[in-house]
Amino acid sequence: MEWDRITLALQLLAIDPQGLKGLWLRARSGAVRDRVTAALTTLPLPLVRLHPAIADDALYGGLDLSATLSMGRPVVTPGLLEQPGALVLTMAERVTPGLSARLAHALDAPRHCLIALDESAEEGEGLPSALTDRLGLFLDLDGISWSESADIVMDAKALAQARALLPDVDLPADAAAALTRAAAELGIGSLRAPLLALAAARAHAALSGRRGVEDTDLQQAAELVYGHRALPLPDSAPQDQPEPPPPDPGEDAPSETQSESQSIPEEMLVEAARAALPADLLARLTAGRAARAAKGASGTGAERGGNRRGRPLPSRPGRLGSGARIDLVATLRAAAPWQPLRRRAAQSDAVLLVRTSDIRIKRFVETSDRVLIFAVDASGSSAVARLAEAKGAVELLLAAAYARRDHVALVAFRGTGAEVILPPTRSLVQTKRRLAGLPGGGGTPLAAGMKLALATATQARAHGLTPTIALLTDGRGNIALDGTANRALAEEDASRLARAIRATGLPAIVIDTANRPQPGLAAMAKVMDAPYLALPRADARRLSGVLSAALGD
Amino acid sequence: MPADTAPKATDAKIHALPKRSTARQPFPFSAIVGQEAMKQAMVLTAIDPAIGGVLVFGDRGTGKSTAVRALAALLPEIEAVEGCPVNSARPDQCPDWAQVTGSQIIRKPTPVVDLPLGVTEDRVVGALDIERALTRGEKAFEPGLLARANRGYLYIDEVNLLEDHIVDLLLDVAQSGENVVEREGLSIRHAARFVLVGSGNPEEGELRPQLLDRFGLSVEVTSPRDVETRVEVILRRDAYETGYDAFMPGWQAADATLRDRILAARVTLAAMKTPNIVLHDCASLCIALGSDGLRGELTLLRAARAQAAFDGADTVTRHHLKAVAAMALSHRLRRDPLDEAGSGVRVARMVAEVLP
Repeated sequence: MEWDRITLALQLLAIDPQGLKGLWLRARSGAVRDRVTAALTTLPLPLVRLHPAIADDALYGGLDLSATLSMGRPVVTPGLLEQPGALVLTMAERVTPGLSARLAHALDAPRHCLIALDESAEEGEGLPSALTDRLGLFLDLDGISWSESADIVMDAKALAQARALLPDVDLPADAAAALTRAAAELGIGSLRAPLLALAAARAHAALSGRRGVEDTDLQQAAELVYGHRALPLPDSAPQDQPEPPPPDPGEDAPSETQSESQSIPEEMLVEAARAALPADLLARLTAGRAARAAKGASGTGAERGGNRRGRPLPSRPGRLGSGARIDLVATLRAAAPWQPLRRRAAQSDAVLLVRTSDIRIKRFVETSDRVLIFAVDASGSSAVARLAEAKGAVELLLAAAYARRDHVALVAFRGTGAEVILPPTRSLVQTKRRLAGLPGGGGTPLAAGMKLALATATQARAHGLTPTIALLTDGRGNIALDGTANRALAEEDASRLARAIRATGLPAIVIDTANRPQPGLAAMAKVMDAPYLALPRADARRLSGVLSAALGD
Repeated sequence: MPADTAPKATDAKIHALPKRSTARQPFPFSAIVGQEAMKQAMVLTAIDPAIGGVLVFGDRGTGKSTAVRALAALLPEIEAVEGCPVNSARPDQCPDWAQVTGSQIIRKPTPVVDLPLGVTEDRVVGALDIERALTRGEKAFEPGLLARANRGYLYIDEVNLLEDHIVDLLLDVAQSGENVVEREGLSIRHAARFVLVGSGNPEEGELRPQLLDRFGLSVEVTSPRDVETRVEVILRRDAYETGYDAFMPGWQAADATLRDRILAARVTLAAMKTPNIVLHDCASLCIALGSDGLRGELTLLRAARAQAAFDGADTVTRHHLKAVAAMALSHRLRRDPLDEAGSGVRVARMVAEVLP
């Protein structure tokens, strides 16, 4: 059953690869996946293998420097994207935003189709949405065993006939409208989806040897193209709705007179796509999106290797091209010992004979400084017992941060608002002095503290630092953002801020300093996507140890 | 996929592909359904490039890239010296290093240059021409994307994912209008004045405030919510894909009308009158919104003048100011992480308050 669906998808792709744009194939490499990829030979386009680390000159062509050096005249290599092709991207889950943008651009013109072999195993990995949005089809081979699969037989002759028929396939007037409505009903925002579904419906009609698109074509197309794009259904539309709402009589009358095959049942289209949704797919997709948003945030990244700037690393043998910088001295040094031998072998009296293998590339490593932002609850409830402990922990961490040359910032909240006690600094003395002078007392404006911590972190990130927020509180927020003592409003504000922090993708940690762990605070940490630590009774040293471990060093 | 199953295709199969004409014009600008703010912003920069660029932020599949490619086909042609790598208008403006010998003026399309993500510094600013250096031993400059974009548009898709060092470069050049290259023994400078067009999806990353400030106008696009509009989008796009020859003529005529209107507006703009009351309105609006710096006022005024010229008026009025206030100011406000309504709404609220 599932395998029939896979076979159908591959047939449609073979009929109109450029219209459907391609296939997102999620599967571990293995025998089952090989059965699917073997069927790709029937695509009417030459297969071109790409890998995630492919360089620009391989994609777009350019001067082949090594060949040019040895031939003594310009040698130009053609790029892989020059001719229309079926691009097979292996390890697609590791594709960089740069490559995905280039491939997306290539797909926008109807020349190529892309088969993305997504081998992601863990949550948070996955294909960038620039590509998933553009690829028409999605197949998930996870959980399909060898015995459930079969060799895919593609009838080349039938496919060729369908391809010939494709330009003549007509669309009934309301087909596009029906597919668009179905997409809207499934919560699919992108307008590429209905276009891809139209292409799939045409290909399906051509496959059946028909010149007109019929209901079955639309249904199959919706199932194949919409299945993985659908958002979670709103609760207001339960699946076992007994009866569709009574249609407007004015609209109803003409549709009754239409012939049965011409009216397009929108209800059925939606059901088809719902039925094709695997159980845990949505959870996995949304998880991947969140993690990606966090990763793609600009300015972060504790350490980046590269060949452009930063602290120099020893040069390495490598290929010239696409942004690499030659280390001239190292290259000459590598070439020097071989000169007499080469001169003899080449029968040449050239001053210098440089081979490709001599070329050394410059490398640099760039680190962005980290900044730890402490948001400390100095309210009355906290002050009684735990403020001293929190201060002690911050001091211990300060010492560690000083050793690593990290920056530290201190935000305190108490009474009706929050203030930056110390903007990001490396000065240990100043931090200690300010910390010691931090008084406690008053209400708990948790939301205000979080807001200020977030603002400080955003600002630090704009300056190229890598911020981390450590929130130390007993969690009993009772002052709302506007300074009023309203517990319900305060809690709402705090949870909105937790969502805002999550949206920025900042790493954060929540430390519960209440005498007994607060379930509300744990829930808020979950919203923030931050680790939660409850420390009922701890000395400062232990607190700092836990914090260091949770922050990953 | 093991090597022995690595598929090969034969030439016979390639020819069996359904025919699709390859050299076709992009989707026409006039045929884009809805997205009025985005279209308006792009037309305004076409009238007055000094407005300084458009930032388009929004969901996937809302026609951001389509609009930019359509704009390229819509823009009027420019006059440039034949063979000049930086599209100079007069022979005496051609840079020395280019060694332009001819002085013939030709008409060519306004350049719209793509700056892809992950592009190297060499490609952007230009570098030593390796080919000539290796083969002929000459020290020559190979112009980069900034040279090609001079007097035209520079388009950056996914601008929020652009690497920091490229952003630094762009900021520098956008400010000075000149590209200075000091590398590999070269010392070269050339004019690089361009309209920056950026697009991106805000879910994937923020834009640096400095770069944000460089964009004169910013618009947010969302997928159309009502089904009828969406159906119309799909129908037009489908007609373009499958019935290109029948689809294009009508829309190309509409594009030509729009182009004429832009050209007429450029003429009107030169004689545009700006009453003091409008200047006063600009300033009080920016003060009320607390936008940083004076760039907000300047852009607002320029955009309002361009809008007035497009409407065929000879004087800027408060009406024109209101029409462009949101796109000229919404990205210059201080960010409020809790404001879920978006800054465009804040501007609209303030406009209603300050300019009744």
